[in-house]
Amino acid sequence: MAHMTGVNRWRRYSDWDDRPLRLDQFAREDPANGFAAFHSPADPKPGLLLEGGRIASMDGVEARDFDLIDAFVAEYHLDPTVAPEAMAMDSAEVARMLVDMHVPRTEMVRLARGMTPAKLVDVVWRLNALEIAFAYARMRPRRTPGNQAHVTNAKDDPLQLAADAAVAAGMGFDEIETTMRVARAAWSNALACLVGSSVGEWGTLFQCSSEEAEELKIGMAGFTSYAETVSVYGTERSFTDGDDTPWSKAFLVAAYASRGIKARCTSGGGSELLMGYHEAKSLLYLEARCLCLQRGMGVQGTQNGGIDGAPITASIAGGMREMMAENLLAVWLDLECASGNDARATESEIRVGAKILPYLIAGSDLICSGMGSILKYDNSFNPSLFNGEEMEDFLVLQRDFEADGGLTPIVESQALDLRRRAVEALSAVLEELDLAHPTEAMKASVVAASGSRETESFTPHEAARISEAIQARGIDATDVIRALHRRGFVHEAENLLKIVKLRISGDYLQTSSIVRDGRILSAINDPNDYAGPGTGYRLTAARREEICDIRDLLGQGEVLSRQARHDRAESSRIDYQPEGEAGRGTDPREVVIGISPAFGLRIFQTTGRLNLSDVLGALIRGIGAGGGTARVLRMHHTADTSFLGLSAAEMSGSGYGIGIQAKGTAVIHARGRMPHNNLELFSNAPITTLEHYEAMGRNAAAWARGEIPKPVVVPTDGQALGARFHTEVATIHAIETALTDPGRAPETIQVKFLGDGRRVAHGG
Amino acid sequence: MADRPGVNDFPLAETASDRIRGPRGMTLDDITAEAVARGNATIEDLRITPEALRAQASIALDAGRDALAENFERAAELVAVPGELIMATYEMLRPGRASNRKALLDQAAMLRSAYGADSIATFLENAADHYHRRGVLKD
Repeated sequence: MAHMTGVNRWRRYSDWDDRPLRLDQFAREDPANGFAAFHSPADPKPGLLLEGGRIASMDGVEARDFDLIDAFVAEYHLDPTVAPEAMAMDSAEVARMLVDMHVPRTEMVRLARGMTPAKLVDVVWRLNALEIAFAYARMRPRRTPGNQAHVTNAKDDPLQLAADAAVAAGMGFDEIETTMRVARAAWSNALACLVGSSVGEWGTLFQCSSEEAEELKIGMAGFTSYAETVSVYGTERSFTDGDDTPWSKAFLVAAYASRGIKARCTSGGGSELLMGYHEAKSLLYLEARCLCLQRGMGVQGTQNGGIDGAPITASIAGGMREMMAENLLAVWLDLECASGNDARATESEIRVGAKILPYLIAGSDLICSGMGSILKYDNSFNPSLFNGEEMEDFLVLQRDFEADGGLTPIVESQALDLRRRAVEALSAVLEELDLAHPTEAMKASVVAASGSRETESFTPHEAARISEAIQARGIDATDVIRALHRRGFVHEAENLLKIVKLRISGDYLQTSSIVRDGRILSAINDPNDYAGPGTGYRLTAARREEICDIRDLLGQGEVLSRQARHDRAESSRIDYQPEGEAGRGTDPREVVIGISPAFGLRIFQTTGRLNLSDVLGALIRGIGAGGGTARVLRMHHTADTSFLGLSAAEMSGSGYGIGIQAKGTAVIHARGRMPHNNLELFSNAPITTLEHYEAMGRNAAAWARGEIPKPVVVPTDGQALGARFHTEVATIHAIETALTDPGRAPETIQVKFLGDGRRVAHGG
Repeated sequence: MADRPGVNDFPLAETASDRIRGPRGMTLDDITAEAVARGNATIEDLRITPEALRAQASIALDAGRDALAENFERAAELVAVPGELIMATYEMLRPGRASNRKALLDQAAMLRSAYGADSIATFLENAADHYHRRGVLKD
């Protein structure tokens, strides 16, 4: 044995080292170097000086020293008719108003128009995470929550993009965003996602994130309906290093609107830090500048909340709360908010789940911006917080919290149909426009593939060639509609046209617009009217049913039919012959096995998937090996393990008995003991093996001989057996208890194991 | 469609479907998949008009979104501006592109006289002042 001095580590730390969490890096707080979430000594104090209706200074900077961001915020964001009132208010009081359901949203939005970036920060830092989430639920512009998907793949394969876009649209994503591995493939990606998302119900808005000028051209050709990558930054150097200014971006926003294309800006904590020009300011202060800019530009909305900076923001103390605060600022400033939850900010699934929860329960215009609907390795933006691998986890979270995350579970066959139809539709377009001629083998590989590593389809090179042909030949959305129509994809042609037609009226340019059931829903006609319990967004009964209807639900019908599949096989292995009311045994070596009402009649396997014939055989074999004699009685008056065991013991010649439920829970009991004070219990039936049951039989026989045997231990690896089995356990138990008859005496069962004709237990 | 539509007129595609038209006069009902298939409707019919953008500006203003309304007003002026000219103007607004304050002011004047783009021009003039002050111009 080693000396204590030789111990140099508690090995729990080694266990912790092996967890995915330890792959995450955590930053030391260091405001001077930009690593501070809410506060930095370099952050200015809120302040505003008006002179003759003009802003003379803002947040400690005089007008003549304004950088481009200050100047733009002062010129286009700050409303001088509100500013004196708003800036004079006590920040703590404003913070309380944000969480006061009696203060209307419109009033809060009005006040925000008069607040400087530093003032906005001075209000929201006072809220804890729960208060931020609540304020967010109150302030987000549209009542109905929505969600956005990433649809990309590592090969830029258009067939897979179409199939994946169709599934994403089918699951209810309001928006789809694509981007490319190879920039040249932009037009091909756009065409593929557009066609794919036109399968099924119409109404999925689509964007293709690419270089600014090209993105606008793709939009003008009718392929995309919105843009989201108009990046803005919170310091002048980050802005100009990004080769833009507030004016150039605002001009671009107007240019999009002039082409009937919806636009959002993008910003987020950590971007200035990553670009190296943070001015030692806190993340939230810089983001507040970004958001005031955005409101001033008159852009419909923002994509914020870390975004590409989410991983670095999450590495800083309070970073997750900071991202929530960023999103709150956005909606308080009345911007449509695609609330981040995209870049995978952690390798820890626990942190992933914790990150998403406030958004799921508070709701958001677009909870993720977006969620990876494809596998992690196929995400050309980098993995999202949630990905194709984990989408079902998100669906279950919706059901757990009865919260609308914008998605709807679809059945397997529907997903396959959508993929098939999308691949056929896109193939028809590619052929009709003489862009490519996909083979049946290519199509089949894509329809079945979970990700691009499984496909035999277009290569990145071919995708780029298709893309260049689309661009060079000036193909636009109406050419695609025509091709679909000509090849009989009339429904898809009509769906696609409906999306392009949105730009004629421009209704979807209004804040927080999405398409639901063929209608525009926006902050105008679906305003968030939350004013306390019973108001704001609530699940309708129909929507609740959609959310709750995940796959593989277990009910009594499923459990019984699963069990019934073993009925015939079991009846070829064992025969339970009832022989009337049982008497009390006299043999001092006898161990009675009390089986439950449904044992072998309705239930044929334990939750450990052992045949009940084998389990009973093992118990009997063990009793025999221990020098005992087994007698089997069916209990009718109880289905409870303790009482099954105690009743068996009472009937047993030795005074010792075994009780066993059909699901496999077993107990050794002795005559005269308190019901729950048993001698041995196998409570974890799912992990109990035949060897354990045989050993229990031996131990029962040992008790009968007057010995005290060593208890049988069923080792557990710490599985969440409750999560894995309790639905089935409770269902089986309900089936058993329904069969009980309190007044009916135990019944002798002559058990005959078939096959070798051996009769091992006798009645009476 | 009211002259100054408000939030109650939203969405215009539903409340004023007869008056919402594409740039060549086709109504929303005229633009069908068959019409596209026959070549009677093209991408030119699927563009927004300055009228629609001004109507949306009016709705945005009624909803209390002044900045959004101003953006729609600027957009309305850009509808007639060709894509190349839009991209050239955007390029001029990027840091270090316009050689001096006058280059931006000239562009503003051109957009004002050729396209009646008053608010765009004012916006550019404002940019010119701040670019000059902050040294974001080439010279």
